[in-house]
Amino acid sequence: MAPNTAPSFRKKALPDPLPLDSGRELAGVEIAFETYGELNVDRSNAILVFHALTGDQFVASEHPVTGKQGWWERMVGPGKPIDTARYYVICANVLGSCMGSTGPASPDADGKPYAKQFPVITIRDMVRAQMRLLDVLGIETLHAVVGGSMGGMQALSCAANFPERTNRVLAIATTARHSAQNIAFHEVGRQAIMADPDWQGGAYYGSNTPDKGLSVARMAAHITYLSEAGLTEKFGRRLQDRDEKSFGFDADFQVESYLRHQGISFTDRFDANSYLYITRAMDYFDLAEEHGGRLANAFRAASDTRFCLVSFDTDWLYTTADMREIVHALNAVAAPVSFVELSAPYGHDSFLLDVPALDRVVKGFIG
Amino acid sequence: MSNLRPDLAKIAAQVPDGVRVLDIGCGDGALMAELQTGKGVDARGIEIDPEEVEKAVARGLSVVQGDANRDLADYPDGAFDVAILSQTLQTAERPDWLLDQLLRVGRTAFVSFPNFAYWRMRFALLLGGKMPVVRHLPVSWYATRNIHHLTVEDFRLLLTEKGVTVEDSWYFAGGREIGGANANWRAEHAVFRLSK
Repeated sequence: MAPNTAPSFRKKALPDPLPLDSGRELAGVEIAFETYGELNVDRSNAILVFHALTGDQFVASEHPVTGKQGWWERMVGPGKPIDTARYYVICANVLGSCMGSTGPASPDADGKPYAKQFPVITIRDMVRAQMRLLDVLGIETLHAVVGGSMGGMQALSCAANFPERTNRVLAIATTARHSAQNIAFHEVGRQAIMADPDWQGGAYYGSNTPDKGLSVARMAAHITYLSEAGLTEKFGRRLQDRDEKSFGFDADFQVESYLRHQGISFTDRFDANSYLYITRAMDYFDLAEEHGGRLANAFRAASDTRFCLVSFDTDWLYTTADMREIVHALNAVAAPVSFVELSAPYGHDSFLLDVPALDRVVKGFIG
Repeated sequence: MSNLRPDLAKIAAQVPDGVRVLDIGCGDGALMAELQTGKGVDARGIEIDPEEVEKAVARGLSVVQGDANRDLADYPDGAFDVAILSQTLQTAERPDWLLDQLLRVGRTAFVSFPNFAYWRMRFALLLGGKMPVVRHLPVSWYATRNIHHLTVEDFRLLLTEKGVTVEDSWYFAGGREIGGANANWRAEHAVFRLSK
């Protein structure tokens, strides 16, 4: 389990208690982060990258638990579309996660893990915590905020709630509101975790962890990240290490074996309670609701901010139609906005994968 | 001005410095880029072809992939000083609606379009009895995106009907500007500057 075996993370303590959308506040918040490149003298070249649901701050460096390379190395680095030879890139682990930032596995005032006593958080709370981190780092205005999926939600939330903090907003494969279908898939995952006897009402730290439940949650979610065509092309109905069906419930099909592997390996690096809290935050996300029911109102104060939105034609999790609603709201406040639907075969995960057109758009927009 | 098409170069020359411009059907953003660097305008674009949008965004322009036939309704009244519709009117589902929208979101509008009453067109139709395929309209009837062909005269009639003011107009043939006399015969392309 990550919380027990995790290495030490680079982090900052926020000096004041963090107010939360729930009305509660959280004292002693720590935010873990990584940086790439050099901050320039006038502190104007910082880019904040927001990570997705199960992402982390290791955007362009080796993951300390899995040993895998950074999750967006194709996009962030020297000479890459987000060029760390020119920009100072910051990526922070979100509040509620489990890679060094304060979350349900962190100790409460009594020294025991919060577990289910951790307050329910929102996307705006995550962003607020990261703005406080910027305060600690002495960075007032960002060149850009960038994010895909839940990272895109944070980018939009940042524009709506902290418009003075960034000049550019790049939101990829995301939405301004979680739909009933989005919430439904998350609920399947949460129920899988909570149905695992090892969940123990959330108080599993120091004993068996609900790996089976978390694994099923990951499997269900993983399907939503891929396109049907992508799955068909990758696996079809091919069998796994056998010539005939077993007439049993082993992983006969390659797609089953693949999903099981995705689920199990996920439990090595992620905390089940973090998964509950972060999916809840995504489900609560509705940018229009936060601003009087009208999405355009969310962007009133951001009409000088430059926006770039990108969707993918095979993404059925956060669709082009979802993103067009954001574009329409931005047009209504006459904000400078670019939008393009790119063609890519990989579904929602396209934003992480080899899509050269995305590289060109990101590079052009970031400048 | 650069390598812009003559109708675009004319529009570029007419747009005042530092204004807010919406270019509808902006393609890869050639005109927007020219206006932004040459005149310091705040330029936005709408383009339906994703590959063109990608090129425009990659050069740092604010371009939205979308269909002007629908999306123009989302822009507030008077959001732009200048709205530009170049070589797009004849492809619109309802050119009259598009014209209304153009003059709603922009205080001034530039419209350019190919003139179907150009004399070569008239002769090709009269003598050949077939939809003309000529230099300035080189695509056959079944493949063309131009679903509402019009003439200079048609356009003037529509403007009169709608009470739109023609502030100026320019005409082109063979890649050069020509005078306005008998333009409906002589012009391959026309550019109008309009206001409500």
